[in-house]
Amino acid sequence: MTDIATTVPRPLADADSAARIERRYRQERRFRRIGLAAICVALGMLAIMLITIVSNGYTAFIATEVAIDVTFDPAEVDPDGTGDPAVIGRANFQGLTRNALRAYFPDVSGRTDRRDLNKLISVGAPSTVRAALLENLDWMGTTQTIWVKAGADFDSFNKGQIPRDVPESDRRVNDNQVSWFDQLAANGRVEKRFNGTFFSSADSREPEQAGIRGAVVGSFFTLIVTLLLAFPVGVMAAVYLEEFAPKNRWTDLIEVNINNLAAVPSIVFGLLGLAVLLNLFGLPRSAPLVGGIVLALMTLPTIIIAGRASLKAVPPSIREAALGMGASPLQTVTHHVLPLALPGMLTGTIIGMAQALGETAPLLMIGMVAFIVDVPGSFTDPATVLPVQIFLWADAPERGFVEKTSAAIMVLLAFLITMNLLAVLLRKRFERRW
Amino acid sequence: MRTKTLTLGLLASVAVVGAAEAQSRDQIRIVGSSTVFPFATAVAENFGRTTDFKTPVVESTGSGGGLKLFCSGVGLEHPDITNASRRIKSSEFETCTQNGITITEVKVGFDGIVLANSKSADQMALTKGQLFLALAKEVPVDGALVENPYVNWSDIDPSLPNSKIEVLGPPPTSGTRDAFVELAMEGGCDQVDGAAELGLEDSACHFIREDGAFVEAGENDNLIVQKLDANPGAFGIFGFSFLDQNSDKLQGSNIDGVDPTFENIAAGDYGVSRSLYFYVKGEHVGVVPGIQEFVNEFTSEGAWGEDGYLVDKGLIPLPDADRQAVGNAAQSLAPLAL
Repeated sequence: MTDIATTVPRPLADADSAARIERRYRQERRFRRIGLAAICVALGMLAIMLITIVSNGYTAFIATEVAIDVTFDPAEVDPDGTGDPAVIGRANFQGLTRNALRAYFPDVSGRTDRRDLNKLISVGAPSTVRAALLENLDWMGTTQTIWVKAGADFDSFNKGQIPRDVPESDRRVNDNQVSWFDQLAANGRVEKRFNGTFFSSADSREPEQAGIRGAVVGSFFTLIVTLLLAFPVGVMAAVYLEEFAPKNRWTDLIEVNINNLAAVPSIVFGLLGLAVLLNLFGLPRSAPLVGGIVLALMTLPTIIIAGRASLKAVPPSIREAALGMGASPLQTVTHHVLPLALPGMLTGTIIGMAQALGETAPLLMIGMVAFIVDVPGSFTDPATVLPVQIFLWADAPERGFVEKTSAAIMVLLAFLITMNLLAVLLRKRFERRW
Repeated sequence: MRTKTLTLGLLASVAVVGAAEAQSRDQIRIVGSSTVFPFATAVAENFGRTTDFKTPVVESTGSGGGLKLFCSGVGLEHPDITNASRRIKSSEFETCTQNGITITEVKVGFDGIVLANSKSADQMALTKGQLFLALAKEVPVDGALVENPYVNWSDIDPSLPNSKIEVLGPPPTSGTRDAFVELAMEGGCDQVDGAAELGLEDSACHFIREDGAFVEAGENDNLIVQKLDANPGAFGIFGFSFLDQNSDKLQGSNIDGVDPTFENIAAGDYGVSRSLYFYVKGEHVGVVPGIQEFVNEFTSEGAWGEDGYLVDKGLIPLPDADRQAVGNAAQSLAPLAL
């Protein structure tokens, strides 16, 4: 941004040329205003996107919880008095939880009403109670107040996403349920709390039980594989092509191909993964290993191109000086050129990684777009990644997944911003200008 | 040098791990229809939570894609179960049989396809014939086949509202679209006088107009729901479960005098509904642990019964007698013969 227009024009005798100059300045100003307007439009779009996502999603970080008093009767939980956690863990916690809830509403009878009542709390509530008891085995024979998640519809209702003032037939919660819920709320048994489940559990079909841990871990494993493959291969390819390869028709052809690959739609890499990695090599479906390899192929051109650009930016005088001092070409590269080019290469790698983190299309073909409840523990366990999780939740019919979708986008954006920030910081910190 | 060794080492371990994985698998793998996906995943999660088996992995590949994967062979690299929102085709069945696969078919319930609009507008009542005239690419007018001339609903029949025809629906890749053209468009064709004489029969009725009155809104039904909410003049086509979940915002149109309600679809009165299936690979039972138990869980009253958890997810259960019969056949893994 240089200040061209601020230089004071010299007075001119000729009226015509004064008018021409005036026109040129006008053009200049108009051009700047259009540029500014373009930036404003882009920023406005970004703001709209962020505002929509945050306003839809921030509620996912809090969850409605309901307090129930569960009585751990030894005769029911551990009839033989073994005290063995394995035996206790198999007790009928669903019955315990439902009885605890029913205790507040003794006059609720009839099958339908009881079913309606059970919907007040999440289907995951028995697991919460079970985990709480297994942690505190001395609770046996006592009654404890335990906070469990409210059912998804009541979570939405409590957050105002299901309106109260519409006819009963038009909402997912009926009048009876509303009155029960209000009764619990009036007794201080309903609270909005931080939603830890969202960060600690994997996917679920129940919105209130669903979390992003599985997807985050899956993304982590996938990106590790991508990094381990793409970075060394990319750097080696860039160094060889830039520093050692002779300039002939073959290297030109390779260069054209690499540039071309950078523009190939990512789904093509997925098809390649399906045909070669799954069908030919028999690697497991849905595994981060395969996803990582496919994404590595996708990011390679980005890394090679960025790597070559940063090698080119190292001035020839460095190489000449090294060679002049008697260094071999290999020493020149490894001791002088590569360290100077590395910040640029790392920046390229991080940007490539960020791209890989946001990718879903190639993963569709290799089975990573799947419903997976267990958090993956290794490179070959079935896994999904963050953007896939967003895609799956966006497609789910339950109302509760709307906020989850936006919240997952926020998490993904946070990771992307961190990575891009890291790239900028690396460049600022280590970049040298000549 | 070190980086090279690292890369080689990684590639080697990839090959080793791949070989090991091919030999054993302790997790059921399910592929198939995106319509059955919400139900299969609910059963899978419940199955994982209540038994000692691992939670099955469910992929949404579409009915056709699922059957293709399923029928490609016996062996742990192939899926064990596939979901379908239509019955297996005889060509698919043959492929399966040629590859040595014994199939058990399980019909799990029904799914209604609804035409719905925002609650802020009036409910629409129309016949399949009117629906066909509104959406077909070519319609018969005065004994000749012409490009669909109808702009407003009232152009079709004066009793319909005087508003622009604007329908959001799924793209041709979707199973919902397949079922819609088969059930509504084909059924509508038959109701239109003079259509059969002009060759509008069976699959000839499947062509939907492309002049902007029908908008392909993508595979995502939630997107259609949001658009309807914002645009009261528009109608959307999607599965019943989305109407069920958004009953505060949307209303289903009455088709041939029947409202798209749970009861009407379950009773078979609502005309635009289809059956949902899943198919089990007999050869994998006993090899991959838990398949038999998974089938039992899916066909238990607690899951697919009238008060089961699948009903909460929007599944419309089979009638009692059918459920009993299908359940028994499924649990004994009776092989399918076409």
